[in-house]
This record gives sequence, C-alpha cells and structure tokens, in this order.
Amino acid sequence: MQDLVNIFVKSIFVDNMVFAYFLGMCSYLAVSKTVKTSVGLGAAVIFVLIITVPVDYLMNQYLLAPGALVWLGAEYASVDLSFLSFIMFIAIIASMVQLVEMIVEKFSPSLYASLGIFLPLIAVNCAILGGSLFMQQREYQSIAEATAFGLGSGIGWFLAIVAIAAIREKIRYSNVPAPLRGLGITFVITGIMGLAFMTFMGIKL
Amino acid sequence: MAANEREPLFSPKNLKLITNPINVDNPITKQVLGICSALAVTVKLEPAIVMSISVLAVMAFGNLIISLMRNGIPSRIRIIVQLVVIAALVILVDQVLKAYAYDVSKQLSVFVGLIITNCIIMGRFEAFAMANKPWPSFLDGLGNAFGYAWILIAVAFFRELFGSGALMGYQIIPDSFYDMGYVNNGLVILPPMALFAVAAIIWVQRSRNKELIED
Repeated sequence: MQDLVNIFVKSIFVDNMVFAYFLGMCSYLAVSKTVKTSVGLGAAVIFVLIITVPVDYLMNQYLLAPGALVWLGAEYASVDLSFLSFIMFIAIIASMVQLVEMIVEKFSPSLYASLGIFLPLIAVNCAILGGSLFMQQREYQSIAEATAFGLGSGIGWFLAIVAIAAIREKIRYSNVPAPLRGLGITFVITGIMGLAFMTFMGIKL
Repeated sequence: MAANEREPLFSPKNLKLITNPINVDNPITKQVLGICSALAVTVKLEPAIVMSISVLAVMAFGNLIISLMRNGIPSRIRIIVQLVVIAALVILVDQVLKAYAYDVSKQLSVFVGLIITNCIIMGRFEAFAMANKPWPSFLDGLGNAFGYAWILIAVAFFRELFGSGALMGYQIIPDSFYDMGYVNNGLVILPPMALFAVAAIIWVQRSRNKELIED
C-alpha cells in the first residue's frame, strides 16, 4: 500500500509530466488560454491515463515483454515482441480514446459537451503515450502500481495546465514586451514553474 | 499546358516549402508544434542531433507516404491511418538506433517512441500531406524537420557548452579557465533552462520579424 502512495505522490510532484519531462507540451500551450477549458482537458487526460496505462500494462505483461507469451506454452518463452510496443500502445490509446468518447457521449451527454473536441485530441497528446512508455521502462510490478502511476501523472498534468491557465488569465493585464507576448512569456512562466517544482526533487519517498 | 504542368523539381515555390519553415513559419516558434521532445533531449548536443535526424527521416518519408495514399484514406479513420504510418516508421528508426547507436538510444529513452505523438508530424500530415502531391509533401517534411532541427541544435549547443563545458562530449572550455575559477553553470543542465532558451530564441526571432508578434 505504501508503495502505491509513493508512486502516486512521486508521479504528481517529483516526476511531473510537464515540468520534469515536458510531455504534453503542445496541448498544454495551445489550450491553456482560459481556466475553464484547461480544467476540461486536464480531466479528460486523467480519465484516459487511468484507463490506458493499466491496459497497456496488461498488454506489455502478457503479449509484448520478453518471455511474456509463456502462457501460450513453454516453446514461446523465448519470443520477444517488445519492438512492436509503439504500434500496439498507440493503437490501444487511439481505440480507447474512441471508446471512451462513445461511452461518455452515450451515458453522460453533459460531460461529453464540456469535454467537446478535447477527447479526440488526446489520442495525440504525448503525455498519454509517454505514460505508457514510462510504465514499460520503469517495470512496475503490478497492475495496481501501473494504475497509481497513471492516475498520479494525470493529476500532475492537470495541476500544471490549470496553474498555467490561471497565470495566463492574469498576465493579460501585464505589460509584457511585445515580442515575448503569447508564446514566449508562457515558456518563461513554465520554466519558472518548473524551477519551483524542482524543489520536490530532493524528496526521497 | 502539358509543358506547364511539369514544373522543375526545385522551382521557387518548392524551395519556399523548405525555407519558410526554417524561419518565419518555424514549427516550434511559430506553429507551436513538437515542443515536448524539443525540450527534453537538448541537454547535450549528440542526442539532439540524433533526435533531429530521426525526426527528419520520419517526417519526410511519413509525408511522402501519406501524400501517396491521400486519395485512398477515408477521412473518418484518417487519424488512425496516420498513426499507423508514423508508428511503423518510428519502429524502424528505433531499431536502427538500437543497432547502431545504442548509447544515444538509451539516452533518448522514451523520446524516440514519442516521435509518434510529436505534433509536428501529425500537424504536417493534416495541414499539408493530405492535400498535396508527393514531391512537395516530401519537401515540406524536410523543411519542417530542418526548422525543428536548428532550434534543437541551437538550444543543445548552448546548454552543453555552458552546462558541461563541452561539445559532442569533447571538452571545449580549456582547463586554464577552470583554474582561474570558471565554473560550469549547473542551472543550464536543469530541464527548465530549455524553456528559457526557447523563449530567448522566440524573443530574438519576433523582435526581428514584427509580423510574428501576437497581440
């Protein structure tokens, strides 16, 4: 249980997707103009990460990793399909996003309306694929750990985009040098926020 | 008419496809695409160069393939088709890197895989390759990859020079400097510094080219 909490807290603060690895920067910069839309996108990212990371974990464990096909019979023990992981992961992410979109549309039209165009965009958000690839690289031991990691990184991303959106709403009233307006100042702010988040790095969990 | 249809391979219009993305229409500083990987691999020059070459290969051939298939792709499932094309190319690149440049491939870790979701590639597929002939698409891919590459290499150059006093792993700043009390700037190696560096590039570029300024 303690391990799970560790992984969860670590993936929110220490290994924050945006500030430590720059994942999902494209949508982070493009959709962070108002707090309202960024909350929607952040929620959608959390949602998709909780689903795709465990599914990709099972995929990796029983299909792709070296020796994963052992359940088919002893003669498959030497098969290593890990070179296929990119294509499998992205296919799972794309189809999961499609599935989630259909389910949400069917059962919760209000949530669907508020997430709007963000759901399909998530398929190409690097934070999602990055989550699965980090999960594979760090070799989590159980599906619970993978889920904790997925949830934690989703929440970390959510925090980052909501924070930057709030700052960008305020900065509209500031006198930023003209060439830095928009993109430039957002980079600088993200950098400063990243420095702030680095203080968590010393925490040993 | 028949004579006019065959324009030369490097007509001015085609050359613009290469030169535009390098400066005024740069994928990173103007179109805001492909930033994730641009920032993460720029601590040292070598991974940045390898990453640029990988993106260049995926980009140019991906654009070419999508452009060849553009009339056969149903628009409803085009995202999946594009993802499969990119993923297949990225697997090729990844396997080549693992075979011939294992150390760099370890340093790049997940970021080779993340070329798949690099928005530059999807963005150019959507914006250009789906609507243009193969050759211009190929050039557009090259141009955008060059635009991406020079920012990556510029950022990596400064970060490695000031962060570890070396370039490509060879020490550049002489020992006598260190004896006189020069110290490597540890801040430059930290992730946030990449953001400041790109912001500086944007600042310079936009103050030289006023029409890029956002209101």
